[in-house]
Amino acid sequence: MKEFFAMGGYGFYVWLSYAVALGGLLALYLMTRGCESRVKRQLEKRLRLEQRRKSRDTTS
Amino acid sequence: MWKFIHKFASPKYFYNISGKILPPLGWVTLALFIVGLVGALFLSPPDYQQGESVRILYIHVPAAMLSMSCYVAMAITAAIGLIWRIKLADIVAWAIAPIGMTMTIIALITGSVWGKPMWGTYWVWDARLTSELILLFLYLGFIALQTAIEDTRSAARASAILALVGLVNIPIIKYSVNWWNTLHQPATISKMGKPSIDASMLWPLLIMIAAYMCYFAWITLKRSRCELIYRERNSSWVKKMVKEAS
Repeated sequence: MKEFFAMGGYGFYVWLSYAVALGGLLALYLMTRGCESRVKRQLEKRLRLEQRRKSRDTTS
Repeated sequence: MWKFIHKFASPKYFYNISGKILPPLGWVTLALFIVGLVGALFLSPPDYQQGESVRILYIHVPAAMLSMSCYVAMAITAAIGLIWRIKLADIVAWAIAPIGMTMTIIALITGSVWGKPMWGTYWVWDARLTSELILLFLYLGFIALQTAIEDTRSAARASAILALVGLVNIPIIKYSVNWWNTLHQPATISKMGKPSIDASMLWPLLIMIAAYMCYFAWITLKRSRCELIYRERNSSWVKKMVKEAS
Protein backbone atom coordinates (compact mmCIF):
# COMPACT_ATOMS: atom_id res chain seq x y z
CA MET A 1 0.00 0.00 0.00
CA LYS A 2 2.72 2.43 1.01
CA GLU A 3 4.63 1.39 -2.05
CA PHE A 4 1.62 2.19 -4.22
CA PHE A 5 1.35 5.74 -2.86
CA ALA A 6 5.09 6.28 -3.24
CA MET A 7 4.82 5.58 -7.00
CA GLY A 8 8.50 4.67 -7.23
CA GLY A 9 9.56 8.06 -5.86
CA TYR A 10 7.26 9.99 -8.21
CA GLY A 11 4.36 10.00 -5.73
CA PHE A 12 4.22 13.77 -5.35
CA TYR A 13 4.10 14.40 -9.10
CA VAL A 14 1.66 11.61 -9.89
CA TRP A 15 -0.84 12.45 -7.15
CA LEU A 16 -0.56 16.19 -7.73
CA SER A 17 -1.47 15.77 -11.40
CA TYR A 18 -4.32 13.37 -10.63
CA ALA A 19 -5.66 15.84 -8.07
CA VAL A 20 -5.46 18.69 -10.59
CA ALA A 21 -7.17 16.70 -13.35
CA LEU A 22 -9.98 15.27 -11.24
CA GLY A 23 -10.37 18.60 -9.43
CA GLY A 24 -10.73 20.38 -12.75
CA LEU A 25 -13.34 17.93 -14.00
CA LEU A 26 -15.21 18.17 -10.69
CA ALA A 27 -15.15 21.98 -10.89
CA LEU A 28 -16.85 21.79 -14.30
CA TYR A 29 -19.57 19.58 -12.82
CA LEU A 30 -20.15 21.90 -9.86
CA MET A 31 -20.27 24.91 -12.18
CA THR A 32 -22.95 23.17 -14.26
CA ARG A 33 -24.96 22.28 -11.16
CA GLY A 34 -24.68 25.91 -10.04
CA CYS A 35 -26.02 27.09 -13.40
CA GLU A 36 -28.92 24.65 -13.21
CA SER A 37 -30.04 25.64 -9.72
CA ARG A 38 -29.62 29.36 -10.49
CA VAL A 39 -31.76 29.16 -13.63
CA LYS A 40 -34.36 27.03 -11.84
CA ARG A 41 -34.61 29.61 -9.04
CA GLN A 42 -34.93 32.49 -11.50
CA LEU A 43 -37.60 30.80 -13.58
CA GLU A 44 -39.66 29.88 -10.52
CA LYS A 45 -39.39 33.44 -9.24
CA ARG A 46 -40.65 34.77 -12.57
CA LEU A 47 -43.56 32.36 -12.45
CA ARG A 48 -44.52 33.46 -8.92
CA LEU A 49 -44.35 37.15 -9.88
CA GLU A 50 -46.48 36.51 -12.93
CA GLN A 51 -49.11 34.61 -10.97
CA ARG A 52 -49.26 37.30 -8.29
CA ARG A 53 -49.70 39.98 -10.95
CA LYS A 54 -52.44 37.97 -12.62
CA SER A 55 -54.40 37.43 -9.39
CA ARG A 56 -54.10 41.12 -8.53
CA ASP A 57 -55.46 42.09 -11.95
CA THR A 58 -58.50 39.86 -11.60
CA THR A 59 -59.39 40.93 -8.03
CA SER A 60 -59.08 44.70 -8.51
CA MET B 1 -31.69 16.33 -44.53
CA TRP B 2 -32.23 20.08 -44.12
CA LYS B 3 -35.54 19.46 -42.46
CA PHE B 4 -33.78 17.21 -39.95
CA ILE B 5 -31.20 19.87 -39.14
CA HIS B 6 -33.85 22.51 -38.62
CA LYS B 7 -35.82 20.18 -36.41
CA PHE B 8 -32.74 19.49 -34.31
CA ALA B 9 -31.91 23.19 -34.09
CA SER B 10 -35.33 23.92 -32.61
CA PRO B 11 -34.81 24.60 -28.88
CA LYS B 12 -37.69 22.46 -27.68
CA TYR B 13 -36.67 19.43 -29.73
CA PHE B 14 -33.06 19.75 -28.57
CA TYR B 15 -34.17 20.04 -24.96
CA ASN B 16 -36.28 16.87 -25.15
CA ILE B 17 -33.73 14.77 -27.04
CA SER B 18 -30.79 15.82 -24.84
CA GLY B 19 -32.88 15.04 -21.76
CA LYS B 20 -33.19 11.47 -22.99
CA ILE B 21 -29.49 11.13 -23.86
CA LEU B 22 -28.09 12.60 -20.63
CA PRO B 23 -28.75 9.85 -18.02
CA PRO B 24 -27.28 6.90 -20.00
CA LEU B 25 -24.40 9.09 -21.19
CA GLY B 26 -23.64 10.02 -17.58
CA TRP B 27 -23.46 6.40 -16.46
CA VAL B 28 -21.30 5.42 -19.43
CA THR B 29 -18.94 8.28 -18.57
CA LEU B 30 -18.69 7.19 -14.93
CA ALA B 31 -18.05 3.56 -15.91
CA LEU B 32 -15.34 4.58 -18.39
CA PHE B 33 -13.62 6.74 -15.76
CA ILE B 34 -13.63 3.92 -13.19
CA VAL B 35 -12.24 1.35 -15.65
CA GLY B 36 -9.77 3.87 -17.07
CA LEU B 37 -8.47 4.97 -13.66
CA VAL B 38 -8.08 1.38 -12.42
CA GLY B 39 -6.19 0.60 -15.64
CA ALA B 40 -4.04 3.72 -15.39
CA LEU B 41 -3.16 3.42 -11.69
CA PHE B 42 -3.11 -0.34 -11.01
CA LEU B 43 -3.07 -2.55 -14.08
CA SER B 44 -0.70 -0.78 -16.47
CA PRO B 45 3.03 -1.39 -15.97
CA PRO B 46 5.58 1.34 -15.14
CA ASP B 47 7.52 2.61 -18.16
CA TYR B 48 11.07 1.33 -18.66
CA GLN B 49 12.35 4.91 -19.01
CA GLN B 50 9.86 7.05 -17.09
CA GLY B 51 9.03 4.62 -14.27
CA GLU B 52 5.77 5.29 -12.43
CA SER B 53 5.57 8.91 -13.63
CA VAL B 54 4.20 7.58 -16.92
CA ARG B 55 0.83 7.31 -15.13
CA ILE B 56 0.49 11.09 -15.42
CA LEU B 57 0.18 10.70 -19.18
CA TYR B 58 -3.12 8.80 -18.87
CA ILE B 59 -4.77 12.00 -17.67
CA HIS B 60 -2.54 14.45 -19.54
CA VAL B 61 -2.91 13.14 -23.11
CA PRO B 62 -6.77 13.06 -23.13
CA ALA B 63 -6.91 16.58 -21.65
CA ALA B 64 -4.48 17.88 -24.27
CA MET B 65 -6.44 16.21 -27.08
CA LEU B 66 -9.73 17.55 -25.78
CA SER B 67 -8.30 21.07 -25.34
CA MET B 68 -7.81 21.17 -29.10
CA SER B 69 -10.96 19.36 -30.22
CA CYS B 70 -13.09 21.46 -27.85
CA TYR B 71 -11.68 24.54 -29.53
CA VAL B 72 -12.50 23.21 -33.01
CA ALA B 73 -16.03 22.26 -31.87
CA MET B 74 -16.47 25.69 -30.28
CA ALA B 75 -15.25 27.50 -33.42
CA ILE B 76 -17.48 25.40 -35.71
CA THR B 77 -20.63 25.90 -33.64
CA ALA B 78 -19.83 29.60 -33.24
CA ALA B 79 -19.41 29.86 -37.03
CA ILE B 80 -22.75 28.10 -37.60
CA GLY B 81 -24.36 30.60 -35.26
CA LEU B 82 -22.64 33.46 -37.07
CA ILE B 83 -23.54 32.36 -40.60
CA TRP B 84 -26.98 30.78 -40.26
CA ARG B 85 -28.05 32.66 -37.13
CA ILE B 86 -29.00 29.51 -35.28
CA LYS B 87 -29.40 30.45 -31.63
CA LEU B 88 -28.79 26.91 -30.44
CA ALA B 89 -25.32 26.94 -32.07
CA ASP B 90 -24.41 30.11 -30.14
CA ILE B 91 -25.51 28.45 -26.93
CA VAL B 92 -23.45 25.30 -27.56
CA ALA B 93 -20.36 27.40 -28.34
CA TRP B 94 -20.97 29.29 -25.08
CA ALA B 95 -21.27 25.97 -23.23
CA ILE B 96 -18.07 24.49 -24.66
CA ALA B 97 -15.75 27.46 -23.89
CA PRO B 98 -15.18 26.85 -20.13
CA ILE B 99 -14.90 23.09 -20.72
CA GLY B 100 -12.14 23.63 -23.27
CA MET B 101 -10.48 26.12 -20.95
CA THR B 102 -10.49 23.58 -18.10
CA MET B 103 -9.02 20.93 -20.39
CA THR B 104 -6.25 23.36 -21.41
CA ILE B 105 -5.47 24.17 -17.77
CA ILE B 106 -5.38 20.44 -16.88
CA ALA B 107 -3.12 19.73 -19.86
CA LEU B 108 -0.74 22.58 -18.97
CA ILE B 109 -0.50 21.77 -15.24
CA THR B 110 -0.26 17.97 -15.51
CA GLY B 111 2.24 18.46 -18.33
CA SER B 112 4.50 20.68 -16.28
CA VAL B 113 4.17 18.45 -13.20
CA TRP B 114 5.28 15.56 -15.41
CA GLY B 115 8.03 17.70 -16.93
CA LYS B 116 9.68 18.48 -13.60
CA PRO B 117 10.97 14.94 -12.86
CA MET B 118 11.35 13.99 -16.55
CA TRP B 119 12.83 17.08 -18.20
CA GLY B 120 14.12 18.71 -15.01
CA THR B 121 11.95 21.81 -15.39
CA TYR B 122 8.32 22.79 -14.91
CA TRP B 123 8.26 25.05 -17.93
CA VAL B 124 10.19 25.76 -21.12
CA TRP B 125 9.21 28.16 -23.88
CA ASP B 126 9.12 25.47 -26.52
CA ALA B 127 6.66 25.55 -29.43
CA ARG B 128 4.18 22.99 -28.08
CA LEU B 129 3.94 24.52 -24.59
CA THR B 130 3.80 28.10 -25.84
CA SER B 131 1.09 27.41 -28.42
CA GLU B 132 -0.95 25.54 -25.79
CA LEU B 133 -0.63 28.57 -23.51
CA ILE B 134 -1.88 30.76 -26.36
CA LEU B 135 -4.86 28.40 -26.62
CA LEU B 136 -5.65 29.14 -22.97
CA PHE B 137 -5.60 32.88 -23.73
CA LEU B 138 -7.91 32.32 -26.72
CA TYR B 139 -10.44 30.58 -24.47
CA LEU B 140 -10.09 33.37 -21.90
CA GLY B 141 -10.61 35.97 -24.63
CA PHE B 142 -13.71 34.16 -25.92
CA ILE B 143 -15.26 33.98 -22.44
CA ALA B 144 -14.27 37.56 -21.58
CA LEU B 145 -15.85 38.88 -24.79
CA GLN B 146 -19.08 37.03 -24.10
CA THR B 147 -19.36 38.35 -20.57
CA ALA B 148 -18.31 41.89 -21.53
CA ILE B 149 -21.02 42.40 -24.17
CA GLU B 150 -24.51 42.72 -22.72
CA ASP B 151 -26.54 41.82 -25.82
CA THR B 152 -26.30 38.03 -26.41
CA ARG B 153 -26.57 38.31 -30.20
CA SER B 154 -23.67 40.72 -30.64
CA ALA B 155 -21.67 38.94 -27.92
CA ALA B 156 -22.02 35.68 -29.86
CA ARG B 157 -21.07 37.39 -33.13
CA ALA B 158 -17.96 39.10 -31.75
CA SER B 159 -16.70 36.00 -29.94
CA ALA B 160 -17.38 33.81 -33.00
CA ILE B 161 -15.01 35.98 -35.04
CA LEU B 162 -12.38 35.69 -32.31
CA ALA B 163 -12.83 31.89 -32.23
CA LEU B 164 -12.45 31.66 -36.02
CA VAL B 165 -9.30 33.79 -36.07
CA GLY B 166 -7.83 31.72 -33.23
CA LEU B 167 -8.40 28.54 -35.21
CA VAL B 168 -4.97 29.11 -36.86
CA ASN B 169 -3.40 28.12 -33.55
CA ILE B 170 -4.78 24.56 -33.65
CA PRO B 171 -2.57 23.17 -36.46
CA ILE B 172 0.35 25.01 -34.89
CA ILE B 173 -0.19 23.11 -31.62
CA LYS B 174 -0.77 19.82 -33.41
CA TYR B 175 2.25 19.93 -35.69
CA SER B 176 4.60 21.96 -33.46
CA VAL B 177 6.40 18.78 -32.40
CA ASN B 178 7.09 17.94 -36.04
CA TRP B 179 7.83 21.42 -37.37
CA TRP B 180 10.24 22.52 -34.69
CA ASN B 181 12.80 20.66 -32.66
CA THR B 182 10.96 20.80 -29.35
CA LEU B 183 11.51 19.31 -25.93
CA HIS B 184 7.97 17.92 -26.04
CA GLN B 185 7.92 14.43 -27.51
CA PRO B 186 5.86 13.57 -30.63
CA ALA B 187 2.37 12.08 -30.48
CA THR B 188 1.86 9.09 -28.17
CA ILE B 189 -0.55 7.38 -30.52
CA SER B 190 0.99 8.41 -33.82
CA LYS B 191 0.34 5.67 -36.34
CA MET B 192 -3.24 4.54 -36.65
CA GLY B 193 -3.46 0.78 -36.30
CA LYS B 194 0.19 0.45 -35.32
CA PRO B 195 0.80 2.59 -32.23
CA SER B 196 4.26 2.99 -30.80
CA ILE B 197 3.21 2.02 -27.27
CA ASP B 198 2.56 -1.40 -25.79
CA ALA B 199 -0.99 -2.78 -25.61
CA SER B 200 -0.89 -2.89 -21.79
CA MET B 201 -0.45 0.90 -21.77
CA LEU B 202 -2.56 1.62 -24.83
CA TRP B 203 -5.89 0.29 -23.56
CA PRO B 204 -6.06 2.42 -20.36
CA LEU B 205 -5.08 5.46 -22.44
CA LEU B 206 -7.81 4.80 -25.02
CA ILE B 207 -10.42 4.27 -22.29
CA MET B 208 -9.37 7.48 -20.55
CA ILE B 209 -9.65 9.34 -23.88
CA ALA B 210 -13.16 7.90 -24.35
CA ALA B 211 -14.05 8.86 -20.75
CA TYR B 212 -12.89 12.46 -21.25
CA MET B 213 -14.83 12.66 -24.54
CA CYS B 214 -18.05 11.35 -22.98
CA TYR B 215 -17.62 13.72 -20.05
CA PHE B 216 -17.14 16.60 -22.48
CA ALA B 217 -20.35 15.62 -24.33
CA TRP B 218 -22.26 15.20 -21.07
CA ILE B 219 -21.23 18.56 -19.59
CA THR B 220 -21.77 20.32 -22.95
CA LEU B 221 -25.35 19.03 -23.15
CA LYS B 222 -26.08 19.88 -19.51
CA ARG B 223 -24.67 23.41 -19.82
CA SER B 224 -26.41 24.02 -23.16
CA ARG B 225 -29.78 22.96 -21.71
CA CYS B 226 -29.29 25.22 -18.74
CA GLU B 227 -28.51 28.28 -20.84
CA LEU B 228 -31.17 27.33 -23.39
CA ILE B 229 -34.10 27.40 -20.98
CA TYR B 230 -32.83 30.69 -19.56
CA ARG B 231 -32.63 32.35 -22.98
CA GLU B 232 -36.00 30.84 -23.96
CA ARG B 233 -37.60 31.88 -20.67
CA ASN B 234 -40.29 33.91 -22.42
CA SER B 235 -41.38 31.15 -24.76
CA SER B 236 -44.57 29.27 -24.00
CA TRP B 237 -43.02 25.78 -23.75
CA VAL B 238 -40.53 26.86 -21.07
CA LYS B 239 -43.26 28.66 -19.11
CA LYS B 240 -45.46 25.61 -19.30
CA MET B 241 -42.60 23.37 -18.16
CA VAL B 242 -41.80 25.60 -15.16
CA LYS B 243 -45.47 25.68 -14.19
CA GLU B 244 -45.73 21.91 -14.35
CA ALA B 245 -42.51 21.38 -12.41
CA SER B 246 -43.39 23.68 -9.51
